Amino acid sequence: MGLFSIIASAFAGGTILLFGMLGGIFTERSGVMNLAIEGYMLLGATISYKIAAATGNPWIGLLAGIAAAALLGVLHALICVTLKADQVVSGLAINFVGTGVSMVLGANLSNLIGQVNLLPTVAFPALQKIPTIGEPLYIITKQNIMVYIGLALIPIANWYLFKTRPGMHLRAIGENPEAADAMGVNVNGLRYLYTIIGAALAGIGGVSISTAIYPGWFSELTTNGKGWICVGLVIFAQWNPIRGALGAYFFGLLSRVIIDIKLPRMLLGMNNPFFFVPNLTYFLEMAPYIFTLVVMVIGANQARRKRIGAPAALGQPYSRGQRGK
Amino acid sequence: MENNASFTPPKRNIFPYRIQIEERSDEAPKWLSPALTLAALLVAFFITGILISAVGGDALYTFSKMWKAAFGTWFALSDSLTKAIPLIFCGIACAVAFHMKIWNIGAEGQFFLGAFGSSLIVLAPVVPAESSPWVFIPLMMISGMIFGAIWGIIPGFLKAKLGLNEIISTLMMNYIAVAWNNFFLFGQWSYQGFQMSEKFPQNALLLRLSDIAKTYSIKSLQGMALHLGIIFAIITAIVIYLIIYKSKWGYEIKLTGDNAKAANYAGINIVRNTVLVMALSGAVAGLAGAVEISGVVKRFQGSISPGYGYTGVIIAWLSKLNPLLTIPVSVFFGGLIIAGREIQPSGIPKMMQGIILVSLIAFDFFLNYRLQFVRISESAAE
Repeated sequence: MGLFSIIASAFAGGTILLFGMLGGIFTERSGVMNLAIEGYMLLGATISYKIAAATGNPWIGLLAGIAAAALLGVLHALICVTLKADQVVSGLAINFVGTGVSMVLGANLSNLIGQVNLLPTVAFPALQKIPTIGEPLYIITKQNIMVYIGLALIPIANWYLFKTRPGMHLRAIGENPEAADAMGVNVNGLRYLYTIIGAALAGIGGVSISTAIYPGWFSELTTNGKGWICVGLVIFAQWNPIRGALGAYFFGLLSRVIIDIKLPRMLLGMNNPFFFVPNLTYFLEMAPYIFTLVVMVIGANQARRKRIGAPAALGQPYSRGQRGK
Repeated sequence: MENNASFTPPKRNIFPYRIQIEERSDEAPKWLSPALTLAALLVAFFITGILISAVGGDALYTFSKMWKAAFGTWFALSDSLTKAIPLIFCGIACAVAFHMKIWNIGAEGQFFLGAFGSSLIVLAPVVPAESSPWVFIPLMMISGMIFGAIWGIIPGFLKAKLGLNEIISTLMMNYIAVAWNNFFLFGQWSYQGFQMSEKFPQNALLLRLSDIAKTYSIKSLQGMALHLGIIFAIITAIVIYLIIYKSKWGYEIKLTGDNAKAANYAGINIVRNTVLVMALSGAVAGLAGAVEISGVVKRFQGSISPGYGYTGVIIAWLSKLNPLLTIPVSVFFGGLIIAGREIQPSGIPKMMQGIILVSLIAFDFFLNYRLQFVRISESAAE
């Protein structure tokens, strides 16, 4: 049974990264760098938890978390699109603001752990009646509602990006804003829109942490670099939602496995070194971060071979009548 | 966000002018840049004040309390200067890399590895505990720089050879660095099972004002924590200033940062320079860790940094990437950190750092663009 609960928590953990990664893809497809995911996430996590605690309704918390992250997205868009500042520095600055505001607003939230209503978990007890595969299916499908929302979002995002007209405009303003502008697409207006949508999605990722999957608020450790892993995933995904989703769930699996691997006395027929020398587990804790590096190297190499690159205008503000500036 | 309002064209019949944004063709006047920095700081304080009031605080009281806590007494000043020391190093480390448009966000991790490297000399032990300070201090500093540099070279190499985005790789290296230090902290070097090492011998510690007070019995300096690291920091700032602004290599770095393509045509080896700049940047941040361990912490332990490396990014930006200017800016931020210990909620200084950086880059807009007021009737006639 252990195997199935590991799969279940891989989906749960991956969901958080999934939202952040999708947010990154939408913003960056429009030509605006999105390095602020960590800040959006932490703010979303903080605000949703705070509001859920205050109102007793986690759904209002969800909306508030999304709104707060989106508001931070407006600031990012203002700096990147209107003021045409360096998008890398803006992303960093937005992270600082998101973290700082979360620290101030979240000051007393860590006392509330266990007292806040959370977003519901969905389970299908009827599945247990099926022989053999019933129990595993029940374990895997017993998930927080956010996991299902995330799963549903993957095909929707992919369809929107590649099969719809607004999706085509979105890709156009990131690849060739001059041509899109000539076609009558409002380049900077859409960049605002997708920067804000990206922020909101990352905010949902944060909400999924604090008010759903890993409930509670632990200052900066609430996100603990998950947003940055999302930034890496976007590159691995080559700005493709389905590829990114696979990466996100794989990371979910990885982060669960490194917790489980510490527990048994025996591992692969040997004495488990992580059980007997507990501080070796610090090397295990490096794993997600090292893997982000590995995954980015893989993504970058494949992209080079297949000639898929980042959106061509990524990082470049657009003004009519000026090229490349 | 204040300045947003001015960009939306006002209603025509009330205000007969239209605001037009146009790119500056000439160099911005010299006074503009510092003036904008000042304006950005004022706006940042203003916004912070609004936010503090919004969460139910008294903004003016908070600010005056922060000022007193940071610079109000000689002791506070000594504490603020002590906090400024690692910030100066981290600010310089970021500035060096940013000159080449390499976004090294990894000063934090390089700081941790610098702390590890300097502790290695004492705890391994590389030299016996009775060695003189003349052996200990230089070895600890050099070892800290080497380990910091290694932590910079890895992402530098990944960027130069594989085109890996250095922002993410340096950040990942930060998380790896913390886990790396924890491994030694909870294992070999743990002192009686505590999450810290044994206290270092006196000879491995940097001279402090309180030591001077003891030796020469100067009452007024008693208990002051300011240490020799401040001299190291100032020397480092001068050396890096000379490298960046007065040497040929510094010129190469700046040229690559301005226009990588042109630099490539000019025959500048970008791959090699990327690795070297990251090594230098990492070494300076590593030195910060070594100095902090030897001057303040006095032992190897965890949570030695309230985010010095990240604050370094803001400091570099606020000082316009000029290593000499990182000194006053760091004193300001050192004060901010000290003030953060006194006020509630404790997140305010962190929030201020973010708001200051946002406000700064927003105001930089006026360096590159100017606003022109055009009469509606004129522009219609055109």
